[in-house]
Amino acid sequence: MLHTLKEPTREVVTPAFKEQYIKAFNWMILARTVEEKLANLWRAGKVAGGVYTGKGQEAVSVAIGMALKPGDLFGPAIRDQAGRLAFGEPLLDAVRTYLGSRLGPMRGRDGNVHRGRLREGTFAMISHLGSLVSVVAGALLARRMRGEQNVVGATSLGDGATSTGAFHEGLNLAAVEKLPLVVVVTNNQYAYSTPNGRQFACHDLVDRAIGYGVEGYAMDGTDVKECLEMVHHAVGRAREGNGPQLIVANCLRLSGHAEHDDASYVDPHLFASPLGRDCIDVARDYLLEQGWADAETVRQWREHAKAQVEEVALKAQRESGPDPADEDWCAYATRGFARLEASVS
Amino acid sequence: MSVTYLEAIREAQAAALRNDPRVYIYGQDIGHHGGAFKATKDLARLFPGRVLDSPISEDAMVGSAVGAAIEGMRPVIEMQFADFSSVGFNQIVNQAATLYWRTGVPCPITIRLPSGGNPGSGPFHSQTLEAIYSHFPGLVVMTPATVEDAYSMLLEAIRLDDPVIYCEHKFLYNRLKADSLPEDSLPTGQARIARSGRDVTVVAYSAMVHEALAAANKLVQENIEAEVIDLRAVKPLDADTVLASLATTGRLLCVAEAWPWGGVNAEVIARVVAEGFEFLDAPPMRINSLDTPVPYNPKLWAAHKPSAELIAQKIRELLAW
Repeated sequence: MLHTLKEPTREVVTPAFKEQYIKAFNWMILARTVEEKLANLWRAGKVAGGVYTGKGQEAVSVAIGMALKPGDLFGPAIRDQAGRLAFGEPLLDAVRTYLGSRLGPMRGRDGNVHRGRLREGTFAMISHLGSLVSVVAGALLARRMRGEQNVVGATSLGDGATSTGAFHEGLNLAAVEKLPLVVVVTNNQYAYSTPNGRQFACHDLVDRAIGYGVEGYAMDGTDVKECLEMVHHAVGRAREGNGPQLIVANCLRLSGHAEHDDASYVDPHLFASPLGRDCIDVARDYLLEQGWADAETVRQWREHAKAQVEEVALKAQRESGPDPADEDWCAYATRGFARLEASVS
Repeated sequence: MSVTYLEAIREAQAAALRNDPRVYIYGQDIGHHGGAFKATKDLARLFPGRVLDSPISEDAMVGSAVGAAIEGMRPVIEMQFADFSSVGFNQIVNQAATLYWRTGVPCPITIRLPSGGNPGSGPFHSQTLEAIYSHFPGLVVMTPATVEDAYSMLLEAIRLDDPVIYCEHKFLYNRLKADSLPEDSLPTGQARIARSGRDVTVVAYSAMVHEALAAANKLVQENIEAEVIDLRAVKPLDADTVLASLATTGRLLCVAEAWPWGGVNAEVIARVVAEGFEFLDAPPMRINSLDTPVPYNPKLWAAHKPSAELIAQKIRELLAW
């Protein structure tokens, strides 16, 4: 059964929704601000590796984080800074992980977007796209076996990840088990430099929902109002026992794949199309239009975001990285195995 | 009463399911069908909801096990054949193996690989893949050679907080029998002297232990006493037991059914040469399967893998050196 909602369903805007919208907007600008800071730190040579931003995808991402409840599970992808924040990841985690701080959740052992707080329900992605779908599904299977009700797992992917076997196997498994899994595919038109036309041949990725036997929705990823409503709806459907939900959000990646990439390969027409709208600008205009905020309020929110980011950036930059001499070079939880394998070196 | 290697694997899973509510088994055709080899016979009926048929999706089988392990479960994944685990390779080596080191959250999953050749099994139902999994930090790789170890090591695999690749040998399934299941066992990381001898040390694991023992028994009439070491697990590797044996024998032959390049034999020999060079009276030797895919024709298959005859011949060469 395929559901595609192209139009926002909520005609009457409730005060509760207004509050949600303002919250979402603030997470979005905080995510954008911290990623701009990280990009600056990278340009200054202070970040090893790359910086991967979610510019243009904050609306989709924040909607996932806000639709989930404490106790739910989230498997974020590369461009999910906004969703991570909304789901409860401290702002400091991003900066610490990019800087390789010993005090970050990955302790300098893994970096940038490869971070999580597993005990709090945020999984730490590996680089192999699509591979978190089955991991989140398995976690939901475990919850079900333990008799836990009322839990939802969401995971985020890009258009490129839908071409992997892991995506197919994971979504099919979740569908067979009818797990409360919400898979959000943000189709930002390019997987690194590869456009949709070289990535898949179906008319619309949401059509795949039929093939998997799951409920599917397409949404405008540049409109946070639609994103909030749609993801909230899908998470609710999953929570009520209707099985996996596939959401495809359409938008444009407004950055390169990473900061080193000038994205000169992107078709310039896309920037002028509705897909190329900046979701933060769209949200700001809507706030002003509704009279929920004036320009001065928005400016103050931005200043507040900036202050928070500067504070954590300063703190994380003062922290030392791990000391190789003190590092516990043992990959095993079974401590006795360290001695046996250490003899190799 | 007697129990086979295969029954020991089934009994270990039954015991784990009985004693630990966190344990469940997931794999292809393992539910009411009881598995392609019947290693889960009746378990779905005895433990409803905990022995589940999976789709033919090795990647997702392992990925889901990692997710369940994060949530505190102790999944056992049955690969129908070791060969098919290559489809789940990414989840095994990148998701499961790295989880503890990256995040501090343990990944207690057991992946059972029905391994090794049988006549007529051909290139894709015969592989022995312990070397490739041993290459990755974070994985424990078990290779039980006896009914007792098949039982106790599987229980230990499920108990351990690390991901375990449990390589069970299909050739041994119904050919090995023991009188009863063991009460206790050596810990993983400790090899076993399967046969004592003064003249040469033969290091083997899994089904090759039995080929090595057959060779050793045959050589008694030539007044050659071979010591046979069963590694039991190839990672962690018990080099100490091998070195202690070499201190007496001075001669080393390593035998494995896997392919030669970068394998367990190579690792054992590298460690012996680096750490026990002074013990060696002859260059270490090794026997592996030939460096081709595993052949289908039973005659070709028998010639492709190490045999008791070949092991005996190599031991004579070692002693003549």
